[in-house]
Amino acid sequence: MKLTCLDTGVDGGYYTPASHLLEVEGLRILLDCPIDLSALTAFSAVPLGASSSSGDAEDLIRGVPYYRSPTAVAAAKAGHIDAVLVSSATGLLGLPFLTRLPGFANTKVYVTEVAARMGSLMMRELVEMHREFVRCYGPDRDQSPVWMEGEKLKKLMSVLQKITTEDEENNNLAALVSLYSLDNIEECMQKTQYVKYGEEVCFNGMLMLKASSSGLELGNCVWTIKGPRASMTYLPSSIFVSAHALDFDYSSLKGNDVILFSDFSSLNGMYDDNKKMGEHIVDETDILLASNSVFRDDGMDEDETIKFLCSNDDIAEEIERISFICSCIIDAINSGGSVLIPIGRIGIILLLLEHMSETLHSSNMKSQVPIFMISETAEEIITFTNALPEWLCKSRQEKLGRNLALYFVHIGVLGMAQLSICFIDGVQTNDQGVDAELTLKPFMPLAIQVLGCSFLSGIKVGKIDPLLGLLKPKLILFPEGQKSLCPATDKQPWSFLYYSKGKTIEVPNMREEFEVRMTTEVAFGLQPRQLDKTTAVARLKAKLLLSNGQYVLAAAKSELDRSERHLLHWGTVDASCIPSALQEKGIVCSFSADADYSAPSDRERVISITSPGEALVKVTSERTTIYCDDEETAERVYDALRSICNGI
Amino acid sequence: MAIECLVLGAGQEVGKSCVVVTFGGGKRVMFDCGMHMGHRDSRRYPDFDRLLADGAADYTAAISCVVITHFHLDHIGALPYFTEVCGYHGPVYMTYYDCAALVYPFQQYPTKALAPLMLEDYRKVMVDHRGEEEQYSYEDILRCMRKVIPLDLKQTIQVDKDLSIRAYYAGHVLGAAMIYAKVGDAAIVYTGDYNMTPDRHLGAAQIDRLKLDLLITESTYAKTVRDSKHAREREFLKAVHKCVSGGGKVLIPAFALGRAQELCILLDDYWERMNLKIPIYFSAGLTIQANMYYKMLIGWTSQKIKNSYTVHNPFDFKHVCHFERSFINNPGPCVLFATPGMISGGFSLEVFKKWAPSEKNLVTLPGYCVAGTIGHKLMSGKPTRIDIDKDTHIDVRCQIHQLSFSPHTDSKGIMDLTEFLSPSHVILVHGEKPQMAFLKERIESELGMQCCYPANNETVSIPTSQNLKINATEKFIVSFCMDETENDPQKQNLNFGGDMPQGCRTEGVAEGVLLMEKSKTPKILREDELLHSLGMETHFVHFEPLHPSSIEVKHTGESAVQQSSLEHLDCE
Repeated sequence: MKLTCLDTGVDGGYYTPASHLLEVEGLRILLDCPIDLSALTAFSAVPLGASSSSGDAEDLIRGVPYYRSPTAVAAAKAGHIDAVLVSSATGLLGLPFLTRLPGFANTKVYVTEVAARMGSLMMRELVEMHREFVRCYGPDRDQSPVWMEGEKLKKLMSVLQKITTEDEENNNLAALVSLYSLDNIEECMQKTQYVKYGEEVCFNGMLMLKASSSGLELGNCVWTIKGPRASMTYLPSSIFVSAHALDFDYSSLKGNDVILFSDFSSLNGMYDDNKKMGEHIVDETDILLASNSVFRDDGMDEDETIKFLCSNDDIAEEIERISFICSCIIDAINSGGSVLIPIGRIGIILLLLEHMSETLHSSNMKSQVPIFMISETAEEIITFTNALPEWLCKSRQEKLGRNLALYFVHIGVLGMAQLSICFIDGVQTNDQGVDAELTLKPFMPLAIQVLGCSFLSGIKVGKIDPLLGLLKPKLILFPEGQKSLCPATDKQPWSFLYYSKGKTIEVPNMREEFEVRMTTEVAFGLQPRQLDKTTAVARLKAKLLLSNGQYVLAAAKSELDRSERHLLHWGTVDASCIPSALQEKGIVCSFSADADYSAPSDRERVISITSPGEALVKVTSERTTIYCDDEETAERVYDALRSICNGI
Repeated sequence: MAIECLVLGAGQEVGKSCVVVTFGGGKRVMFDCGMHMGHRDSRRYPDFDRLLADGAADYTAAISCVVITHFHLDHIGALPYFTEVCGYHGPVYMTYYDCAALVYPFQQYPTKALAPLMLEDYRKVMVDHRGEEEQYSYEDILRCMRKVIPLDLKQTIQVDKDLSIRAYYAGHVLGAAMIYAKVGDAAIVYTGDYNMTPDRHLGAAQIDRLKLDLLITESTYAKTVRDSKHAREREFLKAVHKCVSGGGKVLIPAFALGRAQELCILLDDYWERMNLKIPIYFSAGLTIQANMYYKMLIGWTSQKIKNSYTVHNPFDFKHVCHFERSFINNPGPCVLFATPGMISGGFSLEVFKKWAPSEKNLVTLPGYCVAGTIGHKLMSGKPTRIDIDKDTHIDVRCQIHQLSFSPHTDSKGIMDLTEFLSPSHVILVHGEKPQMAFLKERIESELGMQCCYPANNETVSIPTSQNLKINATEKFIVSFCMDETENDPQKQNLNFGGDMPQGCRTEGVAEGVLLMEKSKTPKILREDELLHSLGMETHFVHFEPLHPSSIEVKHTGESAVQQSSLEHLDCE
């Protein structure tokens, strides 16, 4: 098994998750294929008029943007991919870059139904947005646009540099691609197979794939890849308890041999942000220390661990933040402003919508304050998210009987409004001061307050170790860069292998041998031969079937047709035993008198047989030769020999 | 090892479906827990006592889990009795949809007054029409429903370490499922009720090609090949059209979920095509909530509806409007959907009282009505007068049309499914004896499978094949696997093709040596690996022709040895 980390994602990987290329039992599997939209910040969203040509806005590239997808580019370079496993809608967004290439016509994509539908809506929206650029700057005429040279390129490079600090420039440029079309999306979606949580699908007869809820977002999943020699967990960002999606179904991952830990959420600005939130600070180091003492040194009580992992603090924090945002919204509205909310994580947006309508309702403002959603796909997203109760968290499922609509939203077109608050959710625009300013630059001058807020988007650092203790893997593939989060100790029954971007690591086989099932029919047909007290062998001929990742030996239709004479023998034959063995079978024999005339050094013994037919047996330490013209006699001699010679 | 299949209900009859399958290792699954509508005595429930060993009383220990295929009473009716009166406390599984329709409302509405939707119908049948003796109370139903665990389609649920179950879409009603259960190598499918032809709002049954020891299938229409659905739909539409064009009113009593929506899609479509302006009404309880359920559970409907959903909501009926109580006495034609389905009371009875006396009007009846309901009385012959109680009676002059859109598979569907799944054995339940005998013959002669149709309380034992777990060396697997697929481009394509049945790939004939060592898993090796692992040297054994002259033996002998050792290598 081999693992190549293609990309470690951007800023903790909610919008641009990490991606890997896995080679297992000769199959090449791509894990997630995201797009990185950060290059967009180098492009000007609107044509800059003469009035605004002052200042930094000048630096923005005026042209149709290109997009980064290091994963798609690296995967394309690798050539052939058998299957793609997608763990989230965002992990799907770069896939059309790949599937539009001729070499990927046979690639099969596995993704949960909800992530696929959300992903395709997001891709369509991206294409729509891109169309605005094209409308503005005109379509690309040639392969390399004007800005690919000179000053502008430098600017772009510097933007990209911010994202991928250690990367060399060439790589950055190579990862830039032009956007796919609606047809490419369609083509990509045709290659996808939808799965449900807990559904086992078989790929190529060899691998069993299963998606389980990861809790991060509606339809996001953790994959279990079960091959004939090892089972593996692909663990992207996960949240134990969710206020909207089904909780992280970690119990279905128990007992898998290998965990590919791919949660980079600790890299995002969440923790800095926490500090800015003032009173809601959760000190991660404290938790880490506490867990160290509780979960390492003691005998690790499983119930305690589960209680710790599934404590409600994740939800509580989330709701707290959402209420905080809602209160800011109310303040803005009360002071006569409007509120702009860029749509980021759909689950958070839905929660916010729900909470916001409640808040507006309770303050009697619902009828006066319309909520609009500006998006080509808004209606579809809202309809769709209202029609997937199976994917919601338990408490919401049970609400079904009481409150039939899960989210009610007014959708309309935004009229002219005075912008007053800009709420930016998410991680990409998280460096509030700098990025928000740059983003809004083309629209200057304006008077707008900016509120940035990010939400928990993965496993909290303190929970990593207890989780691993619960899942009990044999081996953990862990990102090199995050080594410090989960230090290896001697006490752990598992071992670590560290991976880093762009490098291929060899993952040792968990089992040298394959597990095979033998049907009773085959077992009954065996003729075992006892070698000594503890060992027996049997010759076996059967049909080797592979179904659902399981090898099965089933009875072959044709019987053993080979002559038994060509069987395998081993060990030394004690020549002095031969005569008695022959005599037992009623064969008359004697040692030849002139036996050692040919090769005295070889201690060859020759036995001549006179009845029932004429034959000669020559025995050396590694060879027995039967000279005989008569089939029947030869058979009887051979029989006799078999009784004193190890063979099968 | 064997699978024991005890038929507690629906053996050679239709009603109180209940089959208990015992796998090895003491795993026991009860499929469905139905109630017989035709009986009022103890025969109404399956004879649960048979599940217990002599002297035992603990059903929870006797049964690993109960799985309900769908919410019809002949499949779920005895569940509250089994859990609350008999005291079974183990897990009960039901599809997600059934939970939403049945379980969650119970959880949300603990009082009778608030019971929504079809629950009202259920409560009536389960509690009020129960007959003389009190078997279980409404509170029992509530407690029972709290025990239910939802099950999603295709999701593999690990009931315990050894037993796993999985639900497949059955297409009978919304939420109906076929259940796959597996313990070790032994696997079975229990179909519940299913339908192999897609409906207007339901898809056809869908299942993977599984390796099964046993298939337990319904056989309601064991002998019939049904006529086209279109004919029956046309008949219904004709009757309705004729009635309204003559100025009559049409009453369509319906359960809140399922049939009502399907008929409504049908009528809405027809109204559009024929440009009819006559109003179609939904009574209050039916409209919003029921359609809401549909919208939210869109995943359970047919692919066609699912696909069109994001563009246009197929349940936003153009011609359908709300019905106000005051409309009952309005003059002029109309079509009204009202609950409950069997006119056992409530709004549909209220309307029926008003509309039945006019011969211009039409009442459609569902395919099946419980004895004691007005629906049932109307179905049996054509009564002219129905007594509600000793003071009230209704003169029935209106026309009556019985709907016959049966969502059961016909015999072709049963044969198709059986052939597709190719189980080693087939057991028929949920059908009538003579028809079952006919189908058994067909399955045995045409498909070459063993088939039986046990009566109630009979046990059938099915032998299963048990596989031994052994190890195989990489060399063994590689030499018998890779060659074939790599050299065969067609096969290679198949590997990536989408239509291949799940995970079936055949490899060639493999030859090797099985090495069995004490306290180790048996291991299969390629012949050339054996000696190495035993730490032995080969001892060649050859056959040579015997020549009269010993000088010649020497010469030809040597060359023969060379030859034969080549031969020997070939053999390896």
